[in-house]
Amino acid sequence: MDILKPTTTEHVLDAVKWAVSSTTPLNVQGLNSKAAMGQATNIGHSLDLSGLTGIDLYDPDELVLEGKAGTSLADIQEALAKANQMLAFEPPDLSALLAGSEWNADAPMAGSLGGLVACNLAGPRRIKAGAARDHLLGFEAVSGRGENFKSGGRVMKNVTGFDLSKLMAGSFGTLGVMTTITMKVLPSPDKVRTVIIIGLDTAAAVKAMSVAMNSPHEVTAAAHYTVDQTATSGVDRVEGLGRSATFIRVEGPAPSVEARAAGLTDMLKSLGPIDELHTERSTRLWREVRDVVPFTGAAHKADQVWRLSVPPAEGASVAARLKSSVGGESLLDWGGGLIWHRMVARDDAGHADVRSALGRSGGHAMLMKASSQARAAVPVFHPEDPGLVAISRRIKDGFDPEGILNPGRMMRVEQV
Amino acid sequence: MQMPKPDEAVIARRAEIVLALQSLTNPDNVLAKEHELKAFDCDGLTVYKQLPMIAVLPETTAEVSAILKYCHANDVKIVPRGAGTGLSGGAFPMADAVTIGLTKFNQILDIDYDNRCAVVQPGVTNLGITTAVQDDGFYYAPDPSSQIACSIGGNVAENSGGVHCLKYGLTTNNILGVEMVLMDGTIVRLGGKHLDNAGYDLLGVVTGSEGLLGVFTEITVRLLRKPEVAQAVLVGFDSTTGAGEYVAAIISAGVIPAGIEMMDKKTVHATEEFVHAGYPLDVEALVIVELDGPQAEVDYLIDRVRKQAEDGGAKSVQVSQSDEERMRFWAGRKAAFPAIGRISPDYICMDGSIPRKKLPHVLSRMQEMADHYGLEVANVFHAGDGNLHPLIMFDANDPIELKKAEDFGADILKLCVEVGGVLSGEHGIGIEKRDLMGEMFTEIDMQQQQRLKCAFDPSGLMNPGKVYPTLHRCAELNFMHVRNGEMPFPDIPRF
Repeated sequence: MDILKPTTTEHVLDAVKWAVSSTTPLNVQGLNSKAAMGQATNIGHSLDLSGLTGIDLYDPDELVLEGKAGTSLADIQEALAKANQMLAFEPPDLSALLAGSEWNADAPMAGSLGGLVACNLAGPRRIKAGAARDHLLGFEAVSGRGENFKSGGRVMKNVTGFDLSKLMAGSFGTLGVMTTITMKVLPSPDKVRTVIIIGLDTAAAVKAMSVAMNSPHEVTAAAHYTVDQTATSGVDRVEGLGRSATFIRVEGPAPSVEARAAGLTDMLKSLGPIDELHTERSTRLWREVRDVVPFTGAAHKADQVWRLSVPPAEGASVAARLKSSVGGESLLDWGGGLIWHRMVARDDAGHADVRSALGRSGGHAMLMKASSQARAAVPVFHPEDPGLVAISRRIKDGFDPEGILNPGRMMRVEQV
Repeated sequence: MQMPKPDEAVIARRAEIVLALQSLTNPDNVLAKEHELKAFDCDGLTVYKQLPMIAVLPETTAEVSAILKYCHANDVKIVPRGAGTGLSGGAFPMADAVTIGLTKFNQILDIDYDNRCAVVQPGVTNLGITTAVQDDGFYYAPDPSSQIACSIGGNVAENSGGVHCLKYGLTTNNILGVEMVLMDGTIVRLGGKHLDNAGYDLLGVVTGSEGLLGVFTEITVRLLRKPEVAQAVLVGFDSTTGAGEYVAAIISAGVIPAGIEMMDKKTVHATEEFVHAGYPLDVEALVIVELDGPQAEVDYLIDRVRKQAEDGGAKSVQVSQSDEERMRFWAGRKAAFPAIGRISPDYICMDGSIPRKKLPHVLSRMQEMADHYGLEVANVFHAGDGNLHPLIMFDANDPIELKKAEDFGADILKLCVEVGGVLSGEHGIGIEKRDLMGEMFTEIDMQQQQRLKCAFDPSGLMNPGKVYPTLHRCAELNFMHVRNGEMPFPDIPRF
């Protein structure tokens, strides 16, 4: 087994051309922090992009950052922090969750820019700011035909040609090897406040989050912890609650967050006791929610974790069905629209039960954390309607006709 | 502008096709007489006209599916059309194609505040969505200037923008799902009321696909809570450079206003004469900054941007003291196109996007071009997001002037690309900018983009001749010659 480690875009092109000509499948990887995400594959050769690094352009006034795919998110966040800016979709660091290791609040962000975009992840601010796909302005890539191609650009508003950026975001390296990536960046908020409603059950929490998100207070995140989950928090005022907690976040200039937190408190105080966190505690808490910290660590090492995207108002009922069919516990983010569900591992990961828990509400379930055996045995990505599968197949064939780029990572090998 | 040569064999079958279509929908929905087809002879790009072979206005998704299936089986081209307000000719008809209009799909099917979304048919107007939910305190964010008339289906096809994109995004950031019919009649649903897709982001790629991938029959849009307040400042500058620096200063101080618009002197004068908005006439550039959100935030930020204007050497600064005054600040900007229409027999509106800091350079180069062509140009600019709308004034009755105006427009777009921008920020490529695609993309880039079309429409019958200058057959695009093992193992670090 060879690992090819290009350091220039020309090298990436050469590597893919060789792979095409010898029909050698490549395991396309960045910094490997999300290697355990997706359908398990066993591909002989790796194309390791960790040497293809560098921020090519960062122009805070223009809200644009362009970098090579292998650039670490830690480096990108350091550069952004200097100009008080951020990737607004709040990229999560799921490395502790996926590895079943202890989460470290001080660890630099794991993963690369390319990996982040390829997996289209987003954190709690998803409800307001969108996901990686909404912030990807353009890219350059090498297709599975061994050709350089690009789409998009460096400007905020662009409808020139098909929006292939959307396609590349979340394609898990199966359509092209992105080499250069251009992102929209935004100013970081001055202040953060979190209003906590204490003691709600999940159904009441989803209703409360809906009320908050439908208010004019510009909520930027809404999540719910069960009592057990609050006990895992490194934030003193959450850890010691001894009850469930529903978190509502506002961000912005100081006078604004103060007024909005007060407005939310007024609106929600009839539902239960209220507490409020200021910037420092809020920042810590939302990093924990973002990285699904309650499901990390040795205690949960062997567990499987599903990630379900559902209509937000359905969050509580889907979570209840999950609990009764496969056991375990749910953590709700995105106002109920994102369910992280942890369960005791099963060979089939309970995939049929988990997916039937969606009911008729729509949405989908992805097996986020499981052993490679389980991720080889069951469909990790939600099975789609045959019409969509046919389109996706044709797209894959058009971009990677020889099936050399991460084959089997999104669709199981027998489907490919 | 050349369209693909009409297929005479298809045109010869016209009567038979009319009959077939009449069997697939209410016969009254099939329009084949010249006076009926006249209404479809162009979209908002009015310089080119062509009667469609037939127009059909189906009423249900099943009818759309049956019509497309028939056309697919019988090798008949399709041109999808919403409200026909598009400015790039995306719905431009063809002599051998059926124009399929979605105007009868005009119902709002579901308003779901718990999930902050609405399910609507594609013929509902953009403003119609906001109108339906505003009494409950909600709205749909993207607001193209044509919002009173343009349809949401067309907005999705064009990925329409508006003046609030920097803060609220384009159409693509504000829709959750669609139902669409493919060229072969297959009905697919992409997305839903949830936020993320399961597999490839097909919803993302069909948005802005300019009617090349399918016909939308249902759309789920995100609804946002209406901001508590909105307030604007109107700031005049002695130079466009000063105005540009002011916009940069606002953003680098960490403020993302709801909208930042800039007008040049010519536009300011033309609009002031037209709507009497009270604009200062002794400025080179006028900037409107609108802030929206919670009262406490707007109060705080409006003060900041006002101070920044004063510190930044603004010639005049006015802060709106009421919603009426804010609307007055906007009145001139919103009337900019008709105002130019009053002082010139015709105008064409260009739509490049540029890195914002290149604006002074682009404006001065544009003035040189205006002198070269002997035509006047006025500029409005979505300054927050770098989307520039030069309005080239000319007389369409003079064929030489028309040609000059088109050449001038092409030169402007080439300039946008040269400074790191793009051909179109929000109007789309259509037929208008199709032949300039090579300025931005290599042949390989465009072939890769067209392979996406092949995945949705291998027949190539859906809206051909638009967006891409060269039509390739899918078999040709998908052909791949692999020379087994001919490439040596690359000379790059390995482990």
